[in-house]
Amino acid sequence: MKFEILLKMNVEDIRALFPALSQKVYGKPLVYFDNAATAQRPQSVIDAWERLVKGPNANIHRAVHHLAVEATDEYESTRDEVQKFINAGSREEVIFTSGTTASINLVAFSFGETYIHEGDEIIVSESEHHSNIVPWQMLCQRKKAVLKVIPVDEDGYLKLDEFRNMFTARTKLVAVTQISNVLGLINPIKEIVNICHSNNCPILTDGAQGIVHEGIDVQDIDCDFYAFSGHKIYAASGTGVLYGKKRWLEEMLPWQGGGEMIDHVRFSGTTYASLPEKFEAGTQNINATPTLKPAIEMARMMKDKDVQAYQNSVRDYLLHELTADGRIQLFGVPHGTDEKISLFSFAVQGAHHEDLALILDKMGIATRSGQMCAEPIMDRYGVTGMLRISLAPYNTMEEAEYFIKSLNKAISMLV
Amino acid sequence: MKTLEEAKQAVIDDFSMYDEWLDKYEYLIELGKNLEPFPEASKTDDNLIKGCQSRVWLDYKVENGRIYFSADSDAIITKGIISLLIGVYSGRTPQEIAHDDFGFINEIGLKENLSPTRANGLVSMIDTIKAVALENCK
Repeated sequence: MKFEILLKMNVEDIRALFPALSQKVYGKPLVYFDNAATAQRPQSVIDAWERLVKGPNANIHRAVHHLAVEATDEYESTRDEVQKFINAGSREEVIFTSGTTASINLVAFSFGETYIHEGDEIIVSESEHHSNIVPWQMLCQRKKAVLKVIPVDEDGYLKLDEFRNMFTARTKLVAVTQISNVLGLINPIKEIVNICHSNNCPILTDGAQGIVHEGIDVQDIDCDFYAFSGHKIYAASGTGVLYGKKRWLEEMLPWQGGGEMIDHVRFSGTTYASLPEKFEAGTQNINATPTLKPAIEMARMMKDKDVQAYQNSVRDYLLHELTADGRIQLFGVPHGTDEKISLFSFAVQGAHHEDLALILDKMGIATRSGQMCAEPIMDRYGVTGMLRISLAPYNTMEEAEYFIKSLNKAISMLV
Repeated sequence: MKTLEEAKQAVIDDFSMYDEWLDKYEYLIELGKNLEPFPEASKTDDNLIKGCQSRVWLDYKVENGRIYFSADSDAIITKGIISLLIGVYSGRTPQEIAHDDFGFINEIGLKENLSPTRANGLVSMIDTIKAVALENCK
């Protein structure tokens, strides 16, 4: 599939590339609105996975035999593709992990062991996913450091004025998401990076949602670390990336020991491999990581102007419907529609989010209910949970309309 | 009062009236809405059933050798499920409940039609009712 072909594509053509979308649940066509949790896989990714398992299945980097060389090429050329996709300065700055959570944990451990001391401070935001909170809490506990929190306002926007005043000489790292998985608001990440750097503080950006909707040019944004998962941009699950600036990665101590992360091993002392192997201990996800190549191709296609325009029209329709309904409280209210992605978390007066999700499920609609791995933002709004829908470019206006109709029916059953 | 077997059969009969699961949910929602009010003071951590995604509280009293349950949940379908359970088991002797196999739940296909987290919640509700019965068998 080449990029040019997509220009002539409509949403039905895109849907046809994703086999899972054509299935029925309870005899009804599946409406998959849980893309923020994981996206569906295109046939190209499924084919790549099958090809990798059937063909060049060997452990990478070590052996000299044919399959090992092929497998290593598959793996390392994926690194090149990722480098291009996020515009990293060099391929050594791309570390493969099992996902966003592993990427953040890697930094929390390695950066923490290298630079964080008692009394130092780390800043996160109130709207972070647990994966961008708990690793820092664990680090703070280990090092007797202090975790500070950027609050969000009623609409869900980060209070940047307060953020600017949070820095002290002890602030060593900021970890903020590009797009909250609950609020769906696009954080002004470049401005946030500037604030950090003007305080001589590095920043990790959680790109789990951002990589899907916004994409990233890590050199332009100038963040110090960027973490994302493969499965949210259509690759196999268990794949992920940590981008880190060389100056940090070179100094940081390794996270895990063993495998290819060594230079020499002696009982008198071990020296470590250079980047990126230093952070890739043990057998890597050799069959799955190369699926990032077709996945990136797909992610690029999805950023096509016409595809985006269609997706934005679906987003605008849902935003209008959900804000016009007095029974619905939307969390993450954009000041301009382009500041929000097609992700809506909300509460319905008198109807429990779980009941709504259960009824919608029987209507064929996959939604997410609960706390969405972000309890602090639930507490911020004083709710026990929310209902969330998150769309991908393969979701249609008809599905959105069916959702609104079904939501109304579900509410009328409950209230 | 119906015997335990009659009460279980009544639930099975009620459920079999509906082909569509959406209608079965509607039935559960009705049950939930009609459940007797549960005192706010009883919504304690002790009465909270562990293992449910939504919050479910179960309280009971023993009178003349029979256990009377009361319950509540912040989710209405869950409330309907607990209502269905206590509708069958409330007013029974501890021995009757402790010796029951709760198999009628499988007959109505409820467990299979819940998400894994909810199915776990249902199992937790049943375990709690059993535990109360066993406690009072002593």
